[in-house]
Amino acid sequence: MLTESEPHFRQPLLKTPFHERARAASQVDSFVAWSGYTTVDVFTTVEQEYFAIRNSTSVYDLTPMVKYRIAGADAQRFLNRLMTRDLRKLAPGRVAYSVWCNDSGHLIDDGTVFCLAANEYRLCTAERQLDWLCASAIGFDVEIAEVTEEVAALALQGPTSCALLKALGLDGVERLKPFELGQFALPRTRQPAAQPLALPLMVSRTGFTGDLGYELWMRPADAEGVWDALMEAGRTRGIRPIGSRALNIARIEAGFLLPNLDFVSAEHTLHLGTERSPLELGLGWLVDFGKGHFTGRRALLAEQQRGPRRLLVGLDVEGNKPAHNALLYADRAGRNQVGSVTSATWSPTAKRNLALAMVEAPYFAAGATMWAEIYLNRELKWQRRMVRARVVERPFYAPARRRATPPADF
Amino acid sequence: MTGTGTTRYDCIVVGGGHNGLVCAAYLARGGRSVLVLEAAGQVGGAAVTREFSPGFQVSACAHLLHLMPGALMRELGLDAQGLKLAAHSLPTTALSSDGAHLSLAAGVLSQQLPADAAAYGEWQAQLQRLAAALHPVLTQTPPRLGTGSWQQRASLLRLGWRIRRLGRRDMRELLRIGGMNVQDLLDERFASPLLKGALALDAVLGTNLGPRSPGTVLTLLYRMAAAGGVEALAQPTGGLGALSAALARAAIAAGAQIRTQSPVERILVSADRASGVVLASGEQIAAGVVVSSADPKTTFLGLLGSEHLDAGFVRRVAQLRTGGLAAKLHLALERLPQFPGLDPQALRGRLLIAPSPQYIERAYNHAKYGEFSAAPILEITLPTLADPTLAPPGKHVLSAIVQYAPYSLRSGWQLERQHFTDLAIDTIAVFAPDLRSCLHSAQLLTPPDIEREFRIAGGHWHHAELALDQFFMVRPVPGAAQYQAPVAGLYLCGAGCHPGGGVMGVAGRNAARQVLREAA
Repeated sequence: MLTESEPHFRQPLLKTPFHERARAASQVDSFVAWSGYTTVDVFTTVEQEYFAIRNSTSVYDLTPMVKYRIAGADAQRFLNRLMTRDLRKLAPGRVAYSVWCNDSGHLIDDGTVFCLAANEYRLCTAERQLDWLCASAIGFDVEIAEVTEEVAALALQGPTSCALLKALGLDGVERLKPFELGQFALPRTRQPAAQPLALPLMVSRTGFTGDLGYELWMRPADAEGVWDALMEAGRTRGIRPIGSRALNIARIEAGFLLPNLDFVSAEHTLHLGTERSPLELGLGWLVDFGKGHFTGRRALLAEQQRGPRRLLVGLDVEGNKPAHNALLYADRAGRNQVGSVTSATWSPTAKRNLALAMVEAPYFAAGATMWAEIYLNRELKWQRRMVRARVVERPFYAPARRRATPPADF
Repeated sequence: MTGTGTTRYDCIVVGGGHNGLVCAAYLARGGRSVLVLEAAGQVGGAAVTREFSPGFQVSACAHLLHLMPGALMRELGLDAQGLKLAAHSLPTTALSSDGAHLSLAAGVLSQQLPADAAAYGEWQAQLQRLAAALHPVLTQTPPRLGTGSWQQRASLLRLGWRIRRLGRRDMRELLRIGGMNVQDLLDERFASPLLKGALALDAVLGTNLGPRSPGTVLTLLYRMAAAGGVEALAQPTGGLGALSAALARAAIAAGAQIRTQSPVERILVSADRASGVVLASGEQIAAGVVVSSADPKTTFLGLLGSEHLDAGFVRRVAQLRTGGLAAKLHLALERLPQFPGLDPQALRGRLLIAPSPQYIERAYNHAKYGEFSAAPILEITLPTLADPTLAPPGKHVLSAIVQYAPYSLRSGWQLERQHFTDLAIDTIAVFAPDLRSCLHSAQLLTPPDIEREFRIAGGHWHHAELALDQFFMVRPVPGAAQYQAPVAGLYLCGAGCHPGGGVMGVAGRNAARQVLREAA
């Protein structure tokens, strides 16, 4: 939000409506740039924050997520032609995760589509997409507007998150199923500063942690009131604001992809052969060839008939040293490179050394083993290790509570 | 998809312009059952003869025949179908306000231009050699690269080989001048502004270019190459409509059916394949293949619809430069106007008003800013001299291409139509002072009129600007440059395809060959 009188070039990074609260909660003053905003990398320690996700409730400011309002008589047809999934099935009050491709079937971005009403949608994406959305809109009666600054958002994720929202007076929130959204109001009496009005709050049961969790969508003016109310109600439920580093561990455990880490948008790649198709990224389940035409369909169909050349897979890596950026080999001697790691972490919950990796055919088959080349820094003495890595199922960690409706009370 | 009718055709050709008719004739000769659907009451598209004033007829859009390959006309037997030429090998005359007109008949200058005479002969000979080498490029289907096909690569190699075979001197010259602007090239060779103006006009007629625009040597070479190196201007008896009528007869003789007053509203797609069309009347007609001679924007964005296409492809189509800049002026004349200094033979040919490249460039300047030329360039014919049947006895018709008249006129054509008509008439009257007194009536077709009357989005006679980025292997856009659309069973055969418009018929023939390659 450009709320200050300073000209824009004096504040190259925008502040989210939660910035003052985040600033106050930050103990290590670690902020990073995300989509033009300054956001928190870590508040206290990564471990403390990570365990809030898995054991209590975490609060993550996702206001910088790029948001578009897509509405008009052809909004559904437009989205169905844009995306690989069949969005004709997406009813009002439902959310869908989907990806979209360019003409050659290469991934541009992934995101979530919120069906707010018939032919009215909100699209949340990692990267700005207006140019591609406008190109895709040629021939459709649809209006597209970026609303990133008009909507503040928090991710409330963790086993006690539902109980916390109920305690706040969001009646019926426990009935929300995964990928469902509802309109609620935060009662006046539950607000610490005793605001005169109830605050409208859209809640969706979505998230990026693979755990029980919700995303809260609100007006920027209400942001601090909601934050304060959450902290107040969450005091006995272990609430903790988290930064992007803790979230990154959880999303790898859940097997979710991050643009620019696990793939590069086909609109941004410069080198031939660095684009990725959804089939290569293991997102074939999102591609519906039977729904009619969508951008990239013919190319993806040809790719499917040709068979995949590479695949993004989950790896279970020997030892406990994360295989950051590791090259993968078929042989221990490291002569035959078969892929590379895109994301890696030690999973504190699964107690496994996890990685997402792009692996060439035929080495990506489930159960296949290969060797990861890991570099270890022992007090500035670098060591090279060749350790075994095995292709395993994703998600690496999937607690039953993520789908339980109603969730357990705390 | 089943039609309400009982018949299913192998091929439906959308649009009965000359390319659509040529395509239909070749498809029928290839053994396909063919139905041509024309929106207007007569076939021909922009190659039609129309009555524009009671008793006066004119070739309503294109007015000369000079690019259709002889082989194509022989293959379709157009002579036997009744095509006659009222005149051929028409001379070209560059009009000069001092009466010292310059005739370029048969490639030889009429006047004593000592500085230019030898250079002109050399220029003609060299351009003819280059054009002959490039001619096959304009007659064949462009190769498609990136498919890994050796056939496609070999096709491009053959082009390279033909250019190499020109010899070192000509090849170097071709590579040197290929990207130049035509004025720089003409300035290298000639002194006479009148000669340079006439040659520059051929480079820019029908384009959104001035003589100083890069790519104008290419458009000149294109015109020369399309004509096979020697441009033989002809005038069919009965106007260009007679050519279309002969093409229609050839198509029917080969077994094709033609329905006029049958505008196609939509191309049907089922299972990602074109399966027929819906007419404006609601009638559905099923077909295995749909070939559209409509322009690419009309075909893809109008008849087919974005939802059947990828977004990047649609963006490329939407971004095609399709705004026309050539207007057509038709004058009904009570008697033949006098052009002082012009011999009667020259009057039967093509008269150019483009006294110098600078004059053309100034005319073009206006178009850049959404204005029409204050002093336009013109290509004029008086078709009734060779073909008196076009007008009542003793009366005459003047047909002229007037440029530049941009499609998107800033002040709007509603307000400016009469102004521009008067301007064009006055420009001609400089060379024919009694023109106004001969005038019976006048008709001006602006690009928006051409868009409406001939159903060409943008009113551009090539359907899309001929420029390097919309040429050959990328015409009209990558992904549809080999006549085949991204949707299986849908083909393009109009001027928006390689090699472009100009009553050539090659796009129609090449498209038919592509269709015939696909299993029936």
